[in-house]
Amino acid sequence: MTLTLDPNLSDPDGVYCDLLAAHEGLSEAESHAFNARLILILGNHIGDREVLKQALDAAARPDR
Amino acid sequence: MLDDRYGLAFKLYPYAKCADQDAGAPVRHPVVVLGGGPIGIATALDLGLQGIPVVVLDDHEGIGQGSRAICFAKRTLEICDRWGAAAPMLGKGVVWNLGKVFHEDRKVFEFNLLPEDGHKFPAFINLQQPYFERFLVERVREAQTQGAPIEIRGKNRVDAAEVRDDHVLLDVMTPEGPYRVAADWLIGADGAGSPLRKMMGLDFEGRVFTDNFLIADIRMSANFPTERWFWFEPSFKSSGASCLLHKQPDGIWRVDFQIGWDVDRAKELKEENIRARLDAMLGDGVEYEIVWSSIYTFQCRRMKRFRHGRVLFAGDAAHQVSPFGARGANSGIQDVDNLGWKLGLVVAGKAPESLLDTYCAERCHGADENILNSTRSTDFITPKSAISHLFRNAVLDLAERHAFARPLVNSGRLSVPCSYDAGPLNGADALTGGPARTRPGAPCPDAPVADGYLLERLGTNFTLLTIDADAPEAVEDGGITATRLALSTSESPAGALAERYLGDASSGVYLIRPDQHVAARWDVFEADAVRAALHHACAKE
Ligand SMILES: Cc1cc2nc3c(=O)[nH]c(=O)nc-3n(C[C@H](O)[C@H](O)[C@H](O)COP(=O)(O)OP(=O)(O)OC[C@H]3O[C@@H](n4cnc5c(N)ncnc54)[C@H](O)[C@@H]3O)c2cc1C
Repeated sequence: MTLTLDPNLSDPDGVYCDLLAAHEGLSEAESHAFNARLILILGNHIGDREVLKQALDAAARPDR
Repeated sequence: MLDDRYGLAFKLYPYAKCADQDAGAPVRHPVVVLGGGPIGIATALDLGLQGIPVVVLDDHEGIGQGSRAICFAKRTLEICDRWGAAAPMLGKGVVWNLGKVFHEDRKVFEFNLLPEDGHKFPAFINLQQPYFERFLVERVREAQTQGAPIEIRGKNRVDAAEVRDDHVLLDVMTPEGPYRVAADWLIGADGAGSPLRKMMGLDFEGRVFTDNFLIADIRMSANFPTERWFWFEPSFKSSGASCLLHKQPDGIWRVDFQIGWDVDRAKELKEENIRARLDAMLGDGVEYEIVWSSIYTFQCRRMKRFRHGRVLFAGDAAHQVSPFGARGANSGIQDVDNLGWKLGLVVAGKAPESLLDTYCAERCHGADENILNSTRSTDFITPKSAISHLFRNAVLDLAERHAFARPLVNSGRLSVPCSYDAGPLNGADALTGGPARTRPGAPCPDAPVADGYLLERLGTNFTLLTIDADAPEAVEDGGITATRLALSTSESPAGALAERYLGDASSGVYLIRPDQHVAARWDVFEADAVRAALHHACAKE
């Protein structure tokens, strides 16, 4: 499996809005903890270590 | 001159003068073992049972006080069973299956080890290390009466080693003064601080963890269940960053507090301070007696090579891991299991010395796996940065509600033996559809057979295991014999033998090493292939 970096969200504006809304009212520390939980949940959904490695790599180098 | 460095739990080998001390020139022995800890005694037992004369030198007269290791894994018990020493361990040990994980003041989840059916031994027993060692020494005593050429010399401290091409000369100090002794082969089993390693100027590299752990073994009459309880960031006062409660025999519990790096050890070890921590944890009104306490720090490191000519290192002298996952003594016993038959064949002149290089290759692989696992546990239990702390707690928060996060919780992965994948002695993997768990290099899993178990039928030499397959009763190559063990899947209830050894195949032939690791496997017996694999498994190329 390979990581998809092509547009894949059904409703990009809506998803982005949900993300911001979820953080609303959280302190910075709470937001960090929230993000960590979110990453773990999404990571489990993806499941495949190779795909996650590609995602880590893409996140580490946004300029490439 | 020869003061004890620690108190004794059991005085089992009091000093006695031996003839070597009066000899004009150093007396030469085939094998000398330096160190009478669990690994040294086990090495002597393995070799002695093969009829190889072996002398153990230890600077004390028995087993040190204080438990250290308490968890002994199934593989260790299987190996000890091969030596005839497992029954009293199992008899005395505490079997546990249920573990509970807490974070702050709430239970995150509990797990059952759910051991697979059809094994003679449980996944783990809890047993104080001094008992484990005593049962090994008692087995040595019994073997001696049956003629095993083993000698244990208490209060014999090795002060210097001179390593020659084909032997080693040792300076030994005793209460009656020094003497010299020579060994064709020297086993360095002198523990984590290994004086031998230092005498030889050898490396010992790895990662040092800056944390202190306070251990207390306490005797309680309170009715705590036989479970493993682990707290991350416990809420009880001054408990430290993590805490472990574990049951041992004799009504004794092990409590382990992670207390941080900047501590005053002498102060922390005062009884009143240990009691303050314990009281906060156990609650008011729980009566207990402190049997033993200690503060330890740990390292994850190993020697680059375990063989240096005529010197072979084993156990803590060769490698050290964090205690999470109980891999210290358990991996040392696997060293002995690996080394015993190889050194036996080399001393008997039946295999080339290069067979001993495969001890180094295979057990370095084992040590790396252990270090990797225990380092990962350590990083989870004691996060090294704010972000790793954040992720750790995110896992714990999710684990309470969501099953997916529970496998991520790492409070120590239980010690299981490694497979020598791509090992130098592995032969053909030619059993069509054979299960992955019994591939060449893997340790044989146990299975019920007739009214006993498979592993106890394997013996101590090479075995040719045939399952519903024809073969001659023995195969010989260069003085080494593999004896056939003929089994049928119909002898194994619930299909365990077929599931573990045949997979999709209807018959199978396995060549199994004396340490019960698979050397090679096929669909059917073919004399040339088996003989070649036996040849290869003894490093004869
Ligand atoms: C707190 C703690 C908890 C642990 N828990 C576990 C666990 O649950 N499970 C597990 O498997 N392992 C555990 N371990 C690890 C385990 O205790 C060690 O791996 C084990 O003792 C190693 O055995 P050894 O024979 O290699 O070394 P040691 O037990 O250290 O024995 C070395 C021997 O050599 C002798 N010696 C040293 N120098 C000389 C000399 N110059 N001359 C003669 N003799 C000498 C010493 O006196 C000693 O008898 C734990 C360790 C600690 C500290």
